[in-house]
Amino acid sequence: MTFTEREQQAYVDAASADARVNVELETEGMTLNIGPQHPATHGTLRIVARLDGEQVVAAEPVMGYMHRGYEKLAEVRTYPQVTTLINRIDWLGSFANEVPFILAAERLMDIEAPPRAQWIRTALFELSRIANISLFLGDMGVQLGALTPVFFAFRDREFVLNQIEAVTGGRFHPNFDRIGGLKDDLPAGWIAETKSVMAKMRGFCDELEDLLMGNEIFEARTRGVGVIPDHVAASFGLSGANLRAAGVDWDMRRDNPCGLAYESLDWKVWTHPDGDSFARYWVRLQETREATYMVEQLLDGLPSGPIMAKVPRIIKVPAGEAYVATENPLGVMGYYVVSKGELAPFRVKIRSASFSNISVVPWVLRGVYVPDVITILASLYFILGDIDR
Amino acid sequence: MSAAASLSVFAVELAYWQQTAIKLVVVAIVIPTAALILGYVFLLKMMSFMQSRLGPMEAGPHGSLQLLADGLKFLQKEDVFPRRADRAVFALAPAVVLISTFLLYVVLPMGPDAVVSGLDAGLFFALAVASLSVIGVLMAGWGSANKYALMGGMRAAGQLIAYELPLVLAVMGVVIQAGTLDLNKIVVAQATGELFGWGGIGFPFILTQFVGFAIFLVAVQAELTQPPFDMPVAESELVGGYQVEYTGFRFLFFFMAEFGTAFAFAGIASVLFLGGWYVPGFDVDSNWLNLVGPIVMFVKIMAVSALIFWFRFTFPRLREDQLQKFAWKVLIPLSLLNIVMTGIFKVFV
Repeated sequence: MTFTEREQQAYVDAASADARVNVELETEGMTLNIGPQHPATHGTLRIVARLDGEQVVAAEPVMGYMHRGYEKLAEVRTYPQVTTLINRIDWLGSFANEVPFILAAERLMDIEAPPRAQWIRTALFELSRIANISLFLGDMGVQLGALTPVFFAFRDREFVLNQIEAVTGGRFHPNFDRIGGLKDDLPAGWIAETKSVMAKMRGFCDELEDLLMGNEIFEARTRGVGVIPDHVAASFGLSGANLRAAGVDWDMRRDNPCGLAYESLDWKVWTHPDGDSFARYWVRLQETREATYMVEQLLDGLPSGPIMAKVPRIIKVPAGEAYVATENPLGVMGYYVVSKGELAPFRVKIRSASFSNISVVPWVLRGVYVPDVITILASLYFILGDIDR
Repeated sequence: MSAAASLSVFAVELAYWQQTAIKLVVVAIVIPTAALILGYVFLLKMMSFMQSRLGPMEAGPHGSLQLLADGLKFLQKEDVFPRRADRAVFALAPAVVLISTFLLYVVLPMGPDAVVSGLDAGLFFALAVASLSVIGVLMAGWGSANKYALMGGMRAAGQLIAYELPLVLAVMGVVIQAGTLDLNKIVVAQATGELFGWGGIGFPFILTQFVGFAIFLVAVQAELTQPPFDMPVAESELVGGYQVEYTGFRFLFFFMAEFGTAFAFAGIASVLFLGGWYVPGFDVDSNWLNLVGPIVMFVKIMAVSALIFWFRFTFPRLREDQLQKFAWKVLIPLSLLNIVMTGIFKVFV
């Protein structure tokens, strides 16, 4: 991370002023463990915060309470079996977890999925984005004390999950993506139904824009809170909406779609110049609405043809290395797959978005008030499974 | 409002101790019932319908006995003391909070004579005992020996003190207009008032004191530590604040105090601004008002509570410093302005 000289000087001045005040008043700091069992961390993340009154002097995230060792477990499973595991990394947008791994395996095997499979893949990818982010849109309200939005989110997300279930058979863990294509084609009547659900989700976005984002208290709580400037966001490796809310116009879907059908769609990457919690909420709301249009376009232009490429019955991936990353709901998710030409991958390195996104926490939590800790954590939007894997 | 006349509607004269006993029983029944009614109608049902769900449906018809079942569950729970808690303070705190609620009901008039004790300075008494609860909250926060509870208690103290002032200042307009602090006389003043020379419905003070009514509702919201002013409990940050270590019937005390106080404050609001127990058409001294009055009061209290809880379910939570700013920079100047305007109108119009 690089600071300008002025920023460094300002920080040193502020710290020394704090120190002088503390010496004069002889106040004693307090260490507060936020987590591992705390409603705001929706999972088992622990934040050790050193407090001066209600102000955070320093904060450190402690992760690993939910580490499940997927990278190691993947080494003793065949390629088709691995998708079952990695489904559970970001458990709210499961299908999106499978896609980059399958794409990496396909690249190693030099197979390309038929266009229809690619389009359906992209549609399901965006559906899981909608299902995932809609929950964030409601959950942000809960973290700020407004209970109602999250129930609307659960109500409307169910429609999206129903559509995912209708295709894949799994509400949460589809395990549907295959090397070379997809397991099945779409069921009859699914396209019309999905379009009506997309209209419903746009209604949900409008509702939340009205109920939560337009609320003065919400704006007072989020505007200017947890500002992450673009150079800081980039240097900490933030991705996804967190990066775009800092004004960085970078989206893997547009900049490096690698095998997904984004190039033929008419859509827009949303960015916000502010970089605060409000901007992160705003960007995610716009992206959810944009995703509904993208799904509609994908379903309108769905090419016909086979759903599966020609793939050997027993999948042995030739020796080599491949890294494929996609723009998942939480940010950039990538798999670095090393193969030695056997049934199982030799090594899988998972680059998950939340792990990088959470790394900015010590930087951004310095000097904020305790309620803002919750706002900032909620607006960074992490899933514990995506941090700990 | 002599004590001997308090049950004259039934044409029986009771000894002082008998009246006192009856009043005690009534209060002891009314407060839990009020808490149950508010909890069921608003917390369980209205909130659920607003959030597109049904709420409890199993215990009793439409889940109406759910809170009783919860209460029984709380009574069965182990009485847990944290190891490093200040035991006496920890045990006493819920009682202090509940006592403040009980005392509020002493002066709340439900009819010309249907009041536990009609004090001359009833409004002053009500506002004074309402601020007692902050001591209990602070005791709970300190006695729990828990960092979250301590922060909750400190926040509650700061918040309740900041909102005591707008609460008091907001009702001053009513007091100036009525010329009395006695809650029953305030009702009479509204009942005998005239609307442009027409005495049909009396003169509810909300017509002139709408600013005071709005400030009163906001301040009550803060007194009750409900969203958008629920930082002392703030379940998503402080996981319950000062209540975090409480279980069983001590937690039940807090719950009852919260909803009992909501009921009492809604009652005071309807007395001050909405005409209280008076029903147009009756004589102000009519004995029938002792029977009809409580029903009218109940309807008005439910209406005001609906407002209070509607805010609770809709708004996000403010931050502690924003709340203080709001109290000192908006509410207090506004209520002072309201007092000045009321004074000018009282003197010159």
